[in-house]
Amino acid sequence: MSAEAAVDAQEKEAVSTPTTMPLAKAINRALADELAADPKTVLIGEDIGALGGVFRVTDKLQSQFGTDRVIDSPLAESGIIGSCIGLAMRGYRPVAEIQFDGFVFPAFNQITTQLAKVHNRTNGAVTVPVTIRMPYGGHIGSIEHHSESPEALFAHTAGLRIIAPSNPHDAYWMTRQAIKSTDPVIVLEPKRRYWLKGAVDLDTPAPDAFTAQVLRKGTDVTLATYGPLVPVALAAAEVAAGQGRSVEVIDVRSISPLDDETIARSAAKTQRLVVAHEAPTFGGFGAEIAARVSERAYHRLAAPVLRVGGFHMPYPPSGQEQRYLPDIDRMLEAVERSFVYAREGGH
Amino acid sequence: MRGADLADPVPVQLLAEDGTFTEHPTFSRYIEGLDDETLRELYRHMVLERRFDTEATSLQRQGMLALWVPALGQEAAQTGVIAALQPTDRVFPTYREHAMALYRGVKPEELMGMFRAATHTGWDPHKYNFNGYSVVLASQVMHAVGWAMGIKQDLATGALDEGRAEDELVVACLGDGATSQGDAHESMVFASSYELPVLYFIQNNQWAISVPQHTQSRVPLAHRAAGYGFEGLRVDGNDVLATYAVTQYMAEQIRAGAGPKLVEAVTYRIGAHTTADDPTKYRTQEELEAWKRRDPILRYRTWLEAQSILTAEATEQVDQEAAALAKDLRAAVHSLEPIPLERIFDTVYAEPHRQVEVEKAWLKDYEAGFAEEGQVSDK
Repeated sequence: MSAEAAVDAQEKEAVSTPTTMPLAKAINRALADELAADPKTVLIGEDIGALGGVFRVTDKLQSQFGTDRVIDSPLAESGIIGSCIGLAMRGYRPVAEIQFDGFVFPAFNQITTQLAKVHNRTNGAVTVPVTIRMPYGGHIGSIEHHSESPEALFAHTAGLRIIAPSNPHDAYWMTRQAIKSTDPVIVLEPKRRYWLKGAVDLDTPAPDAFTAQVLRKGTDVTLATYGPLVPVALAAAEVAAGQGRSVEVIDVRSISPLDDETIARSAAKTQRLVVAHEAPTFGGFGAEIAARVSERAYHRLAAPVLRVGGFHMPYPPSGQEQRYLPDIDRMLEAVERSFVYAREGGH
Repeated sequence: MRGADLADPVPVQLLAEDGTFTEHPTFSRYIEGLDDETLRELYRHMVLERRFDTEATSLQRQGMLALWVPALGQEAAQTGVIAALQPTDRVFPTYREHAMALYRGVKPEELMGMFRAATHTGWDPHKYNFNGYSVVLASQVMHAVGWAMGIKQDLATGALDEGRAEDELVVACLGDGATSQGDAHESMVFASSYELPVLYFIQNNQWAISVPQHTQSRVPLAHRAAGYGFEGLRVDGNDVLATYAVTQYMAEQIRAGAGPKLVEAVTYRIGAHTTADDPTKYRTQEELEAWKRRDPILRYRTWLEAQSILTAEATEQVDQEAAALAKDLRAAVHSLEPIPLERIFDTVYAEPHRQVEVEKAWLKDYEAGFAEEGQVSDK
């Protein structure tokens, strides 16, 4: 082997070796790669330029790609989404950043009455491939409006795709897939996991963004969740294993479409399902999963589908968020509760 | 007194209500170059729209349309603006820009799709460079801004697609009521900050359903532009020549890179807000009669005839064409079928979506079940 070939081989080796990086950096890398790959991709949001976003997810992208491609917007969320729709109509692939979950509501009208409906309204003549990135969820000790989980509000709107990555590798690939999608996609970024480090393989794509994945095999009960609670569920499964319970953990990953088949198959196997999310359980997305699994696996279930989530209250002052948010113990409590129900009816 | 600064400015006018022409130091020149044929076209277009509009109201009354939104009285404002544009200029309409839609070539059956509740948008917006009607007030003026950001981006990257022009502008239409919406404000902030090629075209028809214009604004709407840092002008929206001239004047500057501009066309909604509305509950007959005397078509026709541009023969020809259009409209509406629910399933998303596919398949099976039952009972 020549010296050059050896260097080439080494470089190839280096590229295909997964790189460890925080989740925020993985998204940053995904955005950079899409900006480089497609001149029609533009980013727009509040403070995403010189500052690099309040979470630095867009760090250095403006200096790399210019102010025309990484655009600091006026402080107006409806304007951000509305202008993205116009850009998309003209053939661009805009990626909007909504600074915090709680600030998406000024844009709620543009997202639900416009973005979600344009393709359908025009009988497919006009596509609006807009990606909305939104840090979501709590546990960061912040003030009001900075810790919310509004996924159910968007899931109820046909025309939107909604995904929630839980680890850096998924965050990289799911963000890229969202930008490439011809449909509008909301990417819920688990903000408390922005600093979570993990291996990102830039050469091996993650599974399809719109599918659920079994992260840990188990036989006794299925625990399905997404976004920031996935590491909590994995930790709960570990604790349960020590107590003799074999928990199968599913990362739901996609809220719309929902890969209900994967979840129902697992629940049919384990006969028990617990669904967890940070959002309040009342009218929450867990109810949709519960209903769908009940319909598909009724005769195989030994217990009703149980939900773990936030309470029916506005997100509390973060001084109280430890008691509000589902944690390992709350998940384990539900897991144990699912064994209280008798197997053969009548309990 | 500060209030004096905010007194209603007199709208730009070239044609008085009696059809006499007055020279204007800035705007006359945009009319001077127009040949007789072009001038007749403006007349023809307004007459066609009015006949179309009247027929549509009749069709709604006969139960053939779910709703109609009359544009009666606003023919000059809409025609003056659209005639002054280039085909490469994208228009983002509200739901009342029928004269503009027809001018761009949208076919009667395409325009009527939504009013017959057969589809939400009956035409391909890209085909006519004319967006679908927007029912959520002012949402479209944000899209207009996004489109304009795209124009700027195209020019910055030198990536002008086939069929695009270097001096494109965007027309963002809105009514006096919609100016109160937050999106109208956000749109103007974006357009101003990014110096975008947007022409805001406000048709101030005095009434937002039942609420008068002064409830939306205590200053002339054209004055709002100054607050965003760009020029706004009031024009007599019932004067097709003035509207045309002012639009040309604005467009010229926008194309030269001056950033956004605003035209407030002062006009009047002669008809109801929609066929579901009853204007007698909130406005007086005197007011209506006063505005009818300012009729945009009659005024223009008087002038054209005085100039010997329009002959009796030409008038007759336009009337015949209008009658034919009304007949075509009636036939087209009669044969308009709602698009199948299957097609609606298929366009919720551009790419496959599990839940949509499952539900579409379920409906097919469910309905096939009825067909089978029917066969059984037939035996």
